[in-house]
Amino acid sequence: MSTVTILGPVGISESELPFFSARVPAGFPSPAQDHMEQTLSLDELLDIDAPHTYLVRADGDSMTGAGILDGDVLVVSRALSGRHGDVVIAAINGETFVKRLALRGEEVILLSENPKYPPRYVLEGDDLLIWGVVTDSIRRHRSHG
Amino acid sequence: MVEQVFALIDCNSFYASCERVFRPDLNRVPIVVLSNNDGCVIARSADAKPFVKMGEPYHQIKGALQRNGVLAFSSNYALYGDISERVMTVIESLVPALEVYSIDEAFADLTGIDQREKLGREIRAQVLKLTGIPTGVGIAQTKTLAKLANAGAKRWQKQNGGVLDICDPQRRDKLLKVMPVDEVWGVGRRMNEHLTAMGIKTAWDLAQADAWLLRKQFSVVIEKTARELRGTPCLALEEAAPAKQEICSSRAFGQRLYEIEPIREAVATYAARACEKLRAQGSLCKRIRVAIRTGMFNPEEAKFARGIVCELPYPSDDTRLIVRAALQGLDAIFRAGHAYAKAEIMLLDLRQRGEFTDDLFAEVQPVAAAKVMSVLDEINGRWGRGTLRPARVPIAPGWGMKRELKSPSYTTRWDQLWCASCR
Repeated sequence: MSTVTILGPVGISESELPFFSARVPAGFPSPAQDHMEQTLSLDELLDIDAPHTYLVRADGDSMTGAGILDGDVLVVSRALSGRHGDVVIAAINGETFVKRLALRGEEVILLSENPKYPPRYVLEGDDLLIWGVVTDSIRRHRSHG
Repeated sequence: MVEQVFALIDCNSFYASCERVFRPDLNRVPIVVLSNNDGCVIARSADAKPFVKMGEPYHQIKGALQRNGVLAFSSNYALYGDISERVMTVIESLVPALEVYSIDEAFADLTGIDQREKLGREIRAQVLKLTGIPTGVGIAQTKTLAKLANAGAKRWQKQNGGVLDICDPQRRDKLLKVMPVDEVWGVGRRMNEHLTAMGIKTAWDLAQADAWLLRKQFSVVIEKTARELRGTPCLALEEAAPAKQEICSSRAFGQRLYEIEPIREAVATYAARACEKLRAQGSLCKRIRVAIRTGMFNPEEAKFARGIVCELPYPSDDTRLIVRAALQGLDAIFRAGHAYAKAEIMLLDLRQRGEFTDDLFAEVQPVAAAKVMSVLDEINGRWGRGTLRPARVPIAPGWGMKRELKSPSYTTRWDQLWCASCR
């Protein structure tokens, strides 16, 4: 007597397609076959899957000089602490802003990148929290539809 | 053999802390979070605790909250779930093995690690920095002791900085002697009353209690608890959660329902949700239970509750089949003339795909059904839950939950992203 093993239904594969999807040609083998690389992933570029990465929407025009326009999506890392010159999400006395962080000796200044907005000097009694550091920004150049 | 060591990492006032992450202006504002339908208080920030008790009905304390400057939020599980995942990922990267025990608690294996307290502080600091959530860490030789140490870490946070290691027997006994027995993992209110009557008032008393007596009077569970308190590990770290034996999807309606039509929508919605959970753990179900009931506490309303178990033709995870069965069940139990408050769907008799053997001639789920369902899940995974759904399931139901005080889904919805001012 022979035995049979029921293997169950065939599952759907979850593997991603490679960037070069080399078909098997009937004639010559594809010259690209030896040069297959991983897929390009924006998630990887922006480190989106990291637990410390957050997406935040910019609201207003005070950072246009830094290339951040109203409505842009900012990629924010909480893993970074904020050095002189970083664009940061800063909460000052509970209010949240996008600003350029300037450290001059003991002085902490939150700068805008638009002459319309004056610098904000952080004073003794101020409660400052650097929430995260802006690492990238995303802008859509074509409206939906 | 190396002595086992566990850590329990627990988020402080987790839901309230989540609400604060994107609201730095609320750092010093006391917060409470309400249950589904804004019913009662299910979480309080530390500074809200003097003003409100757990479980208090919101409509009764609304005025008092306002007078004391306490802010109330509807529960925002999309936000809490996202932040929980971030917290657990951070902890996982710092320890050899992790068991996620609940949305805001995890056990870690610290066996063989020398500088345990230092690691505990590192975990706290990293989770706080990367997610904004404050935590406490308890470290000990058993899970039950680690949980007790965690309670101690919270209670004396000023002295220990939120980390308490009681691997040292003297420190352990000191903690056991000051902790009331109802702080012990698994000792509920009623158990506490029984134990107190027997003269068991502290964790130490329970640890010293006669094992045989505990087993005879209560159960083997509490006997194990006592042994764990003495430092003998009885519970191991469970890294992969076992597949659930039954799956439940139930919710109170936002308002009372009198007609069958909206209840059909709700039952279809809950059934579709339960099927998603079923497929996520790779199981099939053979039977489902549908239940509906009126409110149970309003003396003015007639009370009515009824449930029915429906058998499926074959073990299945097909939303279409299960929704159809659920609606047939509903039709059989619905009686007009009642003010319905809640419906519930239970998927029963679960089995893992491919792990059961039926007889050769039993009907099985067509392969095509599995394909349709995997496409359904893929589409909803990519474009958001409910993109593709049974026609019975409405987008914006009239019977939906009342969540008038909900914060935005800052991290999970493009249209609700957190906004930072460029002004």
